[in-house]
Amino acid sequence: MSMEFLMASGIGALTAAGLYLILLRRTFPVVIGLSLLSYAVNVFLFAMGRLTIDLPPIVSSSAAGYTDPLPQALVLTAIVITFGMTALIVVLSLRGFLETGTDHVGRETEAGKPASEAQREVAAR
Amino acid sequence: MRIALIVLIPFIGAVIPPLAIRAGRNVCTAATAAVTGLALLLLLTDVPAVFSGRVPGLRVDWLPQAGLSFSFFIDGLGLFFAGLILVIGLLIIIYARFYLGRTDSMGRFFCYLLLFQGSMVGIVLSDNILLLVVFWELTSLSSFLLIGYWHHLPASRAGARMALIVTGAGGLALLGGMLLLGHIAGTFELSELLTRGEVVKSSPLYLPTLILILLGAFTKSAQFPFHVWLPHAMAAPTPVSAYLHSATMVKAGVFLLARLWPVLSGTPEWFLIVSATGLVTMVVAAWIALFKDDLKALLAFSTVSHLGLMTMLLGFGTPFGVIAAVFHVLNHATFKAALFMSAGIVDHEAGTRDIRRLGGLRRLMPVTSSLAIVTAASMAGVPLFNGFLSKEMMLEEAAHTVYAGQAWLFPIFATAGALLSAAYSARLVWCVFLGPKRQDYPRHPHDPPLGMWLPVAVLASAVVVIGLMPAIVAGALVERTASAAVGGALPQFHLAIWHGLTPALFMSGFALTGGLALLWAYSSLERLRLALPRPDGMTLFQGSVAGLVRSSRFVLGSLADGGLPRDLAVIVLTTAGLALAGYVQAGPGPLAGTRAALPATIPAVTGWLVLLLACGLIVRHHYDRLAALIIISVIGLVVSLAFLQFSAPDLALTQISVEIVTTILLLLALNLLPRTTPDESSTAGKLGAGALATTVGVGVAALAYAVMTRGTETISDYHIEQSKPAGGGTNVVNVILVDFRGFDTFGEIIVLSIAALTIFALLDSALHGAARRRIRTLRFLPRAGDPHPLLLTVVTRVLLPLSLVVGIYVLLRGHNMPGGGFIAGLIVAIALLMQYMASGYVWAHRRARMDAHAMIGGGVMLAGAAGLASLAFGRPFLTSTFGYFHVPLFGEIELASAMAFDIGVFFTVVGTCILSLATLSRVEERAEQASKQTQVKTGTGAP
Repeated sequence: MSMEFLMASGIGALTAAGLYLILLRRTFPVVIGLSLLSYAVNVFLFAMGRLTIDLPPIVSSSAAGYTDPLPQALVLTAIVITFGMTALIVVLSLRGFLETGTDHVGRETEAGKPASEAQREVAAR
Repeated sequence: MRIALIVLIPFIGAVIPPLAIRAGRNVCTAATAAVTGLALLLLLTDVPAVFSGRVPGLRVDWLPQAGLSFSFFIDGLGLFFAGLILVIGLLIIIYARFYLGRTDSMGRFFCYLLLFQGSMVGIVLSDNILLLVVFWELTSLSSFLLIGYWHHLPASRAGARMALIVTGAGGLALLGGMLLLGHIAGTFELSELLTRGEVVKSSPLYLPTLILILLGAFTKSAQFPFHVWLPHAMAAPTPVSAYLHSATMVKAGVFLLARLWPVLSGTPEWFLIVSATGLVTMVVAAWIALFKDDLKALLAFSTVSHLGLMTMLLGFGTPFGVIAAVFHVLNHATFKAALFMSAGIVDHEAGTRDIRRLGGLRRLMPVTSSLAIVTAASMAGVPLFNGFLSKEMMLEEAAHTVYAGQAWLFPIFATAGALLSAAYSARLVWCVFLGPKRQDYPRHPHDPPLGMWLPVAVLASAVVVIGLMPAIVAGALVERTASAAVGGALPQFHLAIWHGLTPALFMSGFALTGGLALLWAYSSLERLRLALPRPDGMTLFQGSVAGLVRSSRFVLGSLADGGLPRDLAVIVLTTAGLALAGYVQAGPGPLAGTRAALPATIPAVTGWLVLLLACGLIVRHHYDRLAALIIISVIGLVVSLAFLQFSAPDLALTQISVEIVTTILLLLALNLLPRTTPDESSTAGKLGAGALATTVGVGVAALAYAVMTRGTETISDYHIEQSKPAGGGTNVVNVILVDFRGFDTFGEIIVLSIAALTIFALLDSALHGAARRRIRTLRFLPRAGDPHPLLLTVVTRVLLPLSLVVGIYVLLRGHNMPGGGFIAGLIVAIALLMQYMASGYVWAHRRARMDAHAMIGGGVMLAGAAGLASLAFGRPFLTSTFGYFHVPLFGEIELASAMAFDIGVFFTVVGTCILSLATLSRVEERAEQASKQTQVKTGTGAP
């Protein structure tokens, strides 16, 4: 096994798990799924600079070489933006839940049922 | 430049009427007329040049890659049409001053009218065919505004929408045709394109090009079966009908046919399609016009019929046909605009435009009646008026046109068209102006003020003067225009009333007498019409629109059912399908490349196994939301370790600190959300989603593997080389962020701030209304005896100054070593958030010295100022400078202006984290208080 294989299959696993979760009908799994997808995308972008070990892009006279810094710079901001996005959709889904009493995102015709369900859950706490 | 001004002046001038109306209706009219007059004056200065054979032009590149340029030229054809548009526009403006009522917004009306005028002049003066299409669409839009001017009337709205849909669809077809045409000819400039007719006609793409362009022209010029929109456009105020729907806009299609005549005409396809469409339109519309009782509807169908006549003439593909068409454009514009305005006067003064309620107006409105009778005679083709001349030229051409081997077809139907035209003209004159005076007009008809009939009189005198002395008055103009349209020398022709005993004269005479006879037999004719099928355009149109809406609803409904899962599945499937298509197209190849692979190590395999296990667990156990949260933070940890392993210390630091903030945030949110996700998907649904997810996952993995095992060429060598000498730092990632790609980073912190402010807005308002009531009903079972354990409180407070120092250290060293504004900001934010967690919102908020909003705003402004500072030194935005300074005690230190930028980033990040999470914890605090109060009240507190 090579590092490249580990990395690629890891990206694949993150993507698959993320996609499965965003296809569910409640907000929270969608948020979690999007986080997983963001990991996958960020690591994928990072991997486009190819994998290197012990060659950090810090200029020094003793360095044997450098890895590609550009994908790193892109991914660094992407990670921070991911945080902003996650925070926003979490709060959006929270506000939606507080406003409507349901965190259901499925078909409109099913919306009637989950409302009472949510109340039941709240009561069960 | 002067040419562009002719087009631009009406556009620029369009802002004047809405302002000038404050000074009164006369000032507004004068200002609008002055705008049109100025454009006309500029146009007239080019007349000598055009008549001496030169073609003034202007060309400025706009989108050269797409072939679009801002170019204009004035040749005979452009001059003729532009002159027509501006002169009649001037008359219409004067007429509209008296036509519009007190309650009509005149400023708005003239504003639209000038917009239309500019677009129209743009069409006829454009050199670039794509620019022409732009103006073409602008006329559709401005005509929509004008038809819907009385937008309180349902008929206006329906008519405007129909016109927009029909002409807009035609405009799209035209765009396609023009793109093809430019592609075939290799140029989008008309002045060059007109010389490449042979290339175009011999191209295999000629027929599709021709059909698309004809669709554009036929919809605009209301040719059968697209004529349906024009009668409904008569819901517009009469000045609009007179201007757009008789004199100018509907002639745009005719103009286009004439403009592209040298390029497209002369082929059998052109002749068969264009002449037949024109003939059918001419006869069918004239037949319908004969039975219309509404004065404007009669004139509308008559316009359609005359447009058919012009189209047919151009379709013949002979130079004489072009001469006759151009001459008829001129004649029709004069008599039809005058007739529309007369109809408007009748409507205005008598209170109705229903032919059955009118009659005998000759005695009550002598001036209007005389003018209308003169122009109607011209429409009928009575000798000594201009309509007669061009109609006879038409008959002459039709007389020796053989269509598909049938020599009788065109002469007979052309005569029939002329006959019907004489009949409806006679009916109009007889039923409205002649006959006995009535006692039951809705109002007391009398002649209108001078301003209203003067424009009609000007046009009517043109009708007579051209009719009497055609060669002297119009000969040179028609010659110049037609030769520009043909794109070469014209055969000898002479505009005259008497050509001898030609077949056309007999056809003409037959048409006139036959027309009168038809009027005599009108009642039996009407019975015949009632017996024939009469499809209603509006019903057909609405039916097809409804059908389109139904089918698009069906497609939409199958793509999106109002729920998120379906939407996302469609997006994922589409993306995966596109990726697959790309893969298939590229053809098979080995998955792995030739780049030397790195051997896997034991720690790496361990991390990999943990990741796979975590992914499996989260799919299996996501119903327990808290468990899902714990698993996802494990995954985040593995990802940061992977970054660390593969030479990305900055990323590892960022990922781990973001992980902490995100987990805190999700925990806080989860406290207010249901704790579990119900298992509500069917097994089939789960399998489907699982199959889709697995397929895409495998595809992504394969893609990543294929890329990683292949070599790469990077542009980063430049960044590494220049990092120290140009950016003044050794941490290349940080230098890229704050210097090379500083503008990106600036944009990103702005996005981040917007996200934080949105979160604040969403949650701050959640403390009111329905959300507030819901919060109050939430019950919190106490999980720990003490919400703020002493140990945690003390430790976080001790850690705070320490974390702050670490944060500042990481910030300062970031330019040279792993660290920087983003990471430092996250570290400091975590330290501060710990205070909220350990000691509660109220305690922490009271002690917060800095407002999070101020931090965000200040951070963005500081970063912006750091970027602007370089402008002061004459360098581009965000150029960084640096220098070395000796500070006592610290020794040599380096200060880069990028540091100020990074500090801005730092504050933005801190502010964003604090604002989002503190707002969330505030909501939490409220909810918990409410919960406690109810528990105390009901006595159901914790044991």
